[in-house]
Amino acid sequence: MKSFVFPEFQIIRDEEKCGQCRGCERQCAFGTHRYDPVQDRLISDEYKCAGCQRCVVFCPKDAIIVRPTPSFYRPNASWSREKLEDLKKQAETGGVILTGCGNDKPFRIYWDHIVLNASQVTNPSIDPLREPMELRTFLGSKPDLIDMKAKNGDVEIETKIGPNLMVETPILFSAMSYGAISYNAFRSLATAACKSGTFFNTGEGGLPKEMRDEFGKCAIVQVASGRFGIDAEYLNCAAAVEIKVGQGAKPGIGGHLPGEKVSPAVAATRMIPAGTDAISPAPHHDIYSIEDLSMLIYALKEATNYEKPISVKIAAVHNFAAIASGIVRAGADIIAIDGLRGGTGAAPKVIRDNVGIPIELAISSLDQRLRNEGIRNRASIIAAGGIRCSADVIKAIALGADAVYIGSAALIAMGCNLCQKCYTGKCNWGICTQDPRLSGRLNIEIASQRLSNLIHAWSHEISEMLGGMGINALESLRGNRDHLRGIGLYEWELEVLGIKGAGE
Amino acid sequence: MVRKRRARRPLYSKEICACSIFGAMNREGERFTGEGVIKAIANMHVRGNGLGGGFAAYGIYPEYKDYYALHLMFTGRSWEDKRSAKQDFDAFLCENFDVVYDEEIPHGDETTVSDPPLVWRYFAMPNKRGEESRLSDEDYVVSKVMWVNTKIENAYVFSSGKNMGCFKGVGYPEEIGEYFMLDRLYRAYTWTVHGRFPTNTQAWWGGAHPFSLLDTTVVHNGEISSYGTNRWYLEMYGYACTLQTDTEVIAYAADLLMRRQHLPIEIAAKILAPPIWNSIDRMNETEKKLLTTLRMVYGPLLMNGPFSIIIGQTGKMIGLTDRIRLRPLTAATRGDMFYLSSEEASIRLISPELDCVWTPNGGEPVVGELKSIRMVKDEVIRLS
Repeated sequence: MKSFVFPEFQIIRDEEKCGQCRGCERQCAFGTHRYDPVQDRLISDEYKCAGCQRCVVFCPKDAIIVRPTPSFYRPNASWSREKLEDLKKQAETGGVILTGCGNDKPFRIYWDHIVLNASQVTNPSIDPLREPMELRTFLGSKPDLIDMKAKNGDVEIETKIGPNLMVETPILFSAMSYGAISYNAFRSLATAACKSGTFFNTGEGGLPKEMRDEFGKCAIVQVASGRFGIDAEYLNCAAAVEIKVGQGAKPGIGGHLPGEKVSPAVAATRMIPAGTDAISPAPHHDIYSIEDLSMLIYALKEATNYEKPISVKIAAVHNFAAIASGIVRAGADIIAIDGLRGGTGAAPKVIRDNVGIPIELAISSLDQRLRNEGIRNRASIIAAGGIRCSADVIKAIALGADAVYIGSAALIAMGCNLCQKCYTGKCNWGICTQDPRLSGRLNIEIASQRLSNLIHAWSHEISEMLGGMGINALESLRGNRDHLRGIGLYEWELEVLGIKGAGE
Repeated sequence: MVRKRRARRPLYSKEICACSIFGAMNREGERFTGEGVIKAIANMHVRGNGLGGGFAAYGIYPEYKDYYALHLMFTGRSWEDKRSAKQDFDAFLCENFDVVYDEEIPHGDETTVSDPPLVWRYFAMPNKRGEESRLSDEDYVVSKVMWVNTKIENAYVFSSGKNMGCFKGVGYPEEIGEYFMLDRLYRAYTWTVHGRFPTNTQAWWGGAHPFSLLDTTVVHNGEISSYGTNRWYLEMYGYACTLQTDTEVIAYAADLLMRRQHLPIEIAAKILAPPIWNSIDRMNETEKKLLTTLRMVYGPLLMNGPFSIIIGQTGKMIGLTDRIRLRPLTAATRGDMFYLSSEEASIRLISPELDCVWTPNGGEPVVGELKSIRMVKDEVIRLS
C-alpha cells in the first residue's frame, strides 16, 4: 500500500558535478541511491533517506545536498507536520513509533538561559596558560570530616576514605553498550578515556574479555536489569560499578536489543545465544524497593571487596531528588542522573519526548536536597543528558554536579549527525550498528583521537572560563551558584536553579 | 492564595573588597595600648575608603577572663528599633546565659561617626539546660550566637570570645579606634586591625572586619571567589552565613578546622590554601596521601581567589595568603614583637628597626605564638 507519509529529506544532486562513481550508493545502508545503467545516472529515493549526511560528506565531487523538505501541509500550530506524519505511520502500521538519540523537542534549554561570571578589578582573573588551573576531581563518597592524630607535627589520618575515582577533567563518557554501538565505537571510547585521564561506561552490554586488561582501569561497568555479561572478573577489572536503574531518554521502561544486532561477539560478551533478542526488563526484578537496591549495592561492594565506588544511575523524574537521597543513604557512592534530553539507541518516541525533567533543574534540586540533609559529601553527582559544550559542563558544575557524562556529544565527535535512526542498526557512520561492512568504516585510531581532542578542547575552555572567574581549582566552583545568573527565566525557575537573575 | 515568591528565594550577597590589614603581637604576653596599631593602619589610609574599620584585641579583659565577652550591636533606623532589639536580646540572654556584668561599650562623640548602632558588652557564662547540657561550652555559645544572628532582628553578636574583643564600625579604622578610645582604655598582647574598601555592599557596622566566632577573629584583604562553595559546605555543619560578607566563611572555616577538628594550623592552612596538584604529585608517598586526602575531603573549604588574612586566636596570630599569592602580606619581628602587615612601611613607622622582615610564600602560614614564633614551611609537616 502506498504510504501517505512524505519524505523527510530532499536530495538534490548536481548532475553537472556527479561523476557516476556510485560512492553514494555504497555509502547508504538504507538503499537511498541507486545507479541506473540505462540512463548512466544515479537515482535517489527520498523516502529512504535518514538525513545522516554520510553521502554528502563522502561524495568526492560534492555533488549532493540533503536537506529537510519544507512542510507540504497547511500550517497548523496544533497539528504540526511531525504529529501528522507520526499519526499516519501508526495508522499504517499499528505500532509504537521508535526513535533514537535524545529528546529534540523545544523544551526550555536552561543552559542557554544561564550566564557565567568573570572577574573585574577586585579579583584578578587568572590566565590558564601561565598559572596552574586544576580540574582534577574525585568521584565517590567522602567522610564528613577526617580524624587526624597530630603529635609534635606528626600527622596521621585515622579515618578510612572510601574508594574514589580520580578524573583529570570532569567529563566522562556516558553508558553506551557494546551491541547498541559497534565494537569500533566502543573501543574508541575506551581508548580515548584511558588517554585523557577519564572513564568510559560500558553500558549494560558487558566488557569484551580481550579489552579487560587494557581498558578495565578506565571503565565503569554497568549492572542493568538484563544482567548481561556480568561475572566476577567483569566487576573486578573495572574502576567502578554502576547500577543502571533508569535512563533519561526512556525513564520507566527497559531496553530491547533486536536479535539482528546480537552477533556472535556481542552474544559472547553478553553471555546470551547469538541472534536472540537481548531484553532488559523495565525494573530490576530483584529491586522492587529502596531496601532491595541497598542489598544490591552492598552485594556489589562485597563482590568487589569494597575497593570500587558503586554508582547508581537514575533518570531525572518528578520526585527523583528524594529518591536519590534515599539512594545515597542506601550506600551509593555516586549518583548519576540522566535528564530529559539524554540519548538512546532505541526508545519509543512518545516516551523519549514526554517523560522526565531537564537535567539543569535536576542537578540543582538534587545538590540542594543533599546539602539540606547534610549528606552532600557522601556521594558525588554525575549529570548526564543534554551536555553539548564546555559551557554546559561548567554550568552543571556550578549548579552542583561533580562531573558530567557525555553520550551524544561523544558520538557526534566520532561522526554521528543525530539522524535518530540508531534503532535500525544501519548506521552509515559505523557507530550504532553491528554490520561489519558499516562498523568497519569507523577507524578506532581516528575516532579515539577525535574524542581525545574533544576532551582536551573542552578542558581547555573550562580552564579559560574558570580563570576568568578568578578560580584556579574546579572544586571551588562546585555548587557555587554565585557565579551564575539567569536570563529570561521565571521566578520559580530561578528558585529551583538557586540562582539570581542577571543584574540582581 | 498569592505566593510570595520573591521572599522565598534567598538572594545571597557577597562582599567584594580591597583592604589594609595589620597585626601586632607581643610574644611575652605584655600588653600594650592600641595607639601604635592605630598609627600603623592610618598609614595605609588610602587602602581603605572610609566604609569600615575594626580591631580585635586579645587580653583586654583580665578581670573577666573566665567569662565569654559578648559584644553586641543593636542596629535600626531609630532609637526605638535599637532599644527593642536590645530588649529581645536581653530576654534571650537571661534565659540562656548567666550574666555577671554588662555595660554599654564606652565611646566618644556619636556625631564623629556615621549612624552608630548601640554597642553593648556582656560578660556571661553559659546556662545549659536539658538536651543542651551535653554540648561543650564552646559549641553552646556558637549555637546561641548563630541563633541570635539569624533570628533576632537588628541584633548582631560580633565578638564572643574570652578575654578578647572586637571593635568595629563604619569609618576609617583610625576613626573607629578613636571612637572606642582604644588608645586609652584597653591594653592587649595582640591587636589585629582592618581598614576596608568595600566595592559592592552598602556600608553597615556589622559588615566591618574583624569577623569572629568565639576567640577566633579574621581580618581579610581580598575576595573569595569560592564563597558559594565554602558557604554551602559550612552550612552543612551548622554555620549560618548572615553577615553578607565572604570573610565570615574564613572565620567559620577556622573554627570548624581548628577548634572542632583540633587540626593544627599547618594542616588547616593546607586545607584553606592547598598546594597545587603538580606539587602534590611530586611529593613522597605519605605526604602525597595526606594532601590528596585533605583536598578530597575538604575541597569545598579551599579558599579560592586573592586573599591575605590575619587570624587571631588566644595566644596566637597567624598570617596566610592564597596559594598563588595575589594579595600582599609582610611579616616582621623586633625583640618580642611580631608584626604582620599589608605594607612594610606601616611596620617601619611604629618600629623603625626590625630584626627580621620577610614576605611569606603563598599558602604558607606564618604563626606567632606567645613566647615563640615559627615560620611554617612545607617541610615542617612530618608524617608518621
